[in-house]
Amino acid sequence: MEDPRGDEHRHQPPPSLWPVGFAVGVVCLLVGLVVSWPAAAVGAALAAIFGFLWARDVVAGGRGPALPGPAEPEPAPSAPAIPAHKGEAAMPEPEPAERFPRSVFLESATLGLGAVIGGIVTVPAIGFAVLPAFLKQHSPEIDLGPIGGFPEGQFVVATFLRNPSQGEISRRTAYIRNNGSSDGKPSFTCISNRCAHLGCPVQPGGPVFDAKKQTVKTANGQVDLIPALPAAGFICPCHGGAYDQEGNRTAGPPVRALDRYEFFIRNGHLILAGTYSVAKVSGSGAQARIHRYQLAGPGQHIDGPEAWLYPIQAPH
Amino acid sequence: MARRKTARRQQLERAAMYPLDWLEERSGLIGGVRYFLFRKVPGDTNWFHTLGSATLTAFLVQLVTGVILAMYYKPDPQNAHSSVDHITHDVTLGWLVRGMHKWGASVFIILMFLHMGRVFLFGAYKYPRELNWIIGVLLLATGLFEGLTGYLLPFDQTAYWATVVAININGTAPFLGPFIASLLRGGAEIGPDTLARFYSLHMLLIPGALLGLIGLHLYLVVRLGVSSPPWSDEAAGREREPEPPPAKAGLVQPRPRTSVRGRPTE
Repeated sequence: MEDPRGDEHRHQPPPSLWPVGFAVGVVCLLVGLVVSWPAAAVGAALAAIFGFLWARDVVAGGRGPALPGPAEPEPAPSAPAIPAHKGEAAMPEPEPAERFPRSVFLESATLGLGAVIGGIVTVPAIGFAVLPAFLKQHSPEIDLGPIGGFPEGQFVVATFLRNPSQGEISRRTAYIRNNGSSDGKPSFTCISNRCAHLGCPVQPGGPVFDAKKQTVKTANGQVDLIPALPAAGFICPCHGGAYDQEGNRTAGPPVRALDRYEFFIRNGHLILAGTYSVAKVSGSGAQARIHRYQLAGPGQHIDGPEAWLYPIQAPH
Repeated sequence: MARRKTARRQQLERAAMYPLDWLEERSGLIGGVRYFLFRKVPGDTNWFHTLGSATLTAFLVQLVTGVILAMYYKPDPQNAHSSVDHITHDVTLGWLVRGMHKWGASVFIILMFLHMGRVFLFGAYKYPRELNWIIGVLLLATGLFEGLTGYLLPFDQTAYWATVVAININGTAPFLGPFIASLLRGGAEIGPDTLARFYSLHMLLIPGALLGLIGLHLYLVVRLGVSSPPWSDEAAGREREPEPPPAKAGLVQPRPRTSVRGRPTE
C-alpha cells in the first residue's frame, strides 16, 4: 500500500541552508552598492554561488529519490474493553503526536516575528508620543526687571513670557507685592493667577491702573507691570472662586489657596523661580506663614484626606 | 421592429452593466453592497430606526468638511486663530464649510444621544446585541473626545480657557489625573505642542478610531439584524404568520392585533 504521506514528502524540497546564504549575499550586494564596490562584488559572488546551489538542490530535489517517510508507529494493540461503569472510560489510545510539528513552528515563528517587528516599530513611536510630556520639564527663571518697579505695599500685575522661545503662548500673569524687608531680607508676595479650582485666570478684585503701566524688557520678553488695588482679593471669572489678598480661598469651589512663585533678587532684579502650591496662609505680608506643598494641578487637594487621591504628581 | 429595439436595448444594458459585472466577478463587491443595502429588516421598523444612519451621515459630513478645512488651517499658536479668521471671511465658501463643521459637530453629538436613547427605549441593546451597545458607548466617548479636541482649534479666548478647564477637570481624576492632564497638554504647561497635539488627535487618531468602531458597529448590525420595536406584532426569530386576505372595502383596514405569541389580544 502506498503511504500517502510518503508521496507528499516526495514533492517537498529538502530543508536547505542555501536560501539563507543567498539572502545574505543579496543584502551584502545592496549594502555594497551604497557603501563600497568590493563589498557589492563579494555580495554578488555570494548570491550567485548560493543561488546556484539552491537552484541545483531544488531541481535535484524534484527528481531525487523519495525521502523515507517517518516510520509508521505500530498500531497499539487494542486494550480489552473496560466496562463504562468501571475505571476509566474506554477511549481509543491517542496516537502519539509529533513532538515538534513543522506547522506549529512556522506558525509561532510568524506570530513571534510579527510581534517583534510590531514592537520595534510601535514602542518608540508610543514613547515619542507620551514621554516628552513628562521628561525635561522644568520651571525656568523669570526676570521681572529691577525691583524699583514694585513699590512697597502695592500689588503689581506682572505679565511675562514664561518661556520666551515658545512665544506669546507662554505669557503668564503673577500678582506681586513688595512687602518691604523683613529681618533685613527683601520680602515679596508672588501669587500665581492660576485659579486653584480649574485653572482659569483670577482677576484682581479692585481697580487696575492701566494708565500707570510700566514696561520693561528682560530675558522674558516684554514684561508689563500694572499697579492694582485688589481690595476684595482675587476673583475667578469662570466659576466664582474668590481669594483674599494672600491667596487664601474665601468663597467658591477652589480646594486650596492660590499657588505662589519662589523669588530671589539678582543684580537688583526680581527673579521668579519655581511654583509651589499653598494650602493656606496664616498672617500676611512679610510675616505670612505659608503652608507650602509641592506644586499640584488645579482642583487637586494637597492637604487633608482628599490629598491621598493624588499621591504622585507628574513632573512639572 | 419592437423586437429589434429590445435586442438593441439588451445589448446596451449589457454594455452598461459590463464594468459592474467585471468588478463583481473579480471582487464580489457589488454583491456585498447589494447584500448590505437590500438585507431584510422587520416590517414594522419606523423612523426612529433611521437615527443610526443619520448619525453616520453627520459623521461623514464632519469627515468631508474636516478634510477640506485642514487644507486651510494652520495648527500653530501664532497662526491658528488668524487662519480660522481667514477661512471664515476670505476663502470662498469658507464660512459655509466651517459652519457645516462647527454646527455639524453638535448635530453629530445630539444624534448619537438620540440614537442611544432609541436603542435604550426599544430594548434593542439586549441579547444578542450587547456587544454592539458596548461599541456604541465607545463611539460616544470617542465622539465626545473629538468634540473636546476640536474645540481648541479656533484658538480664541473661549477655546483656550475651555480647554484649560477641560484638561484640569481631567487632572482631578484620582491617582492618574495629573498624568492624564500632562499627557493631554504634552507637558506641564499649555504650550505650542498642545495645539498641534490636539490637532493631530482631532484629525488623525480619533477619526481613525471612530472609523474602525463604526465598521465594527455596522458589521454587527448586519450580522445580527435590526430589532423590531417593542410593540411589534412580529415575534423575533419566528416565521411570519400568513397575511390575512385583503379587505374589500376601505383603504385602511386595521389588522387584528395579536400578542407576541400570535394569539389575538382582548
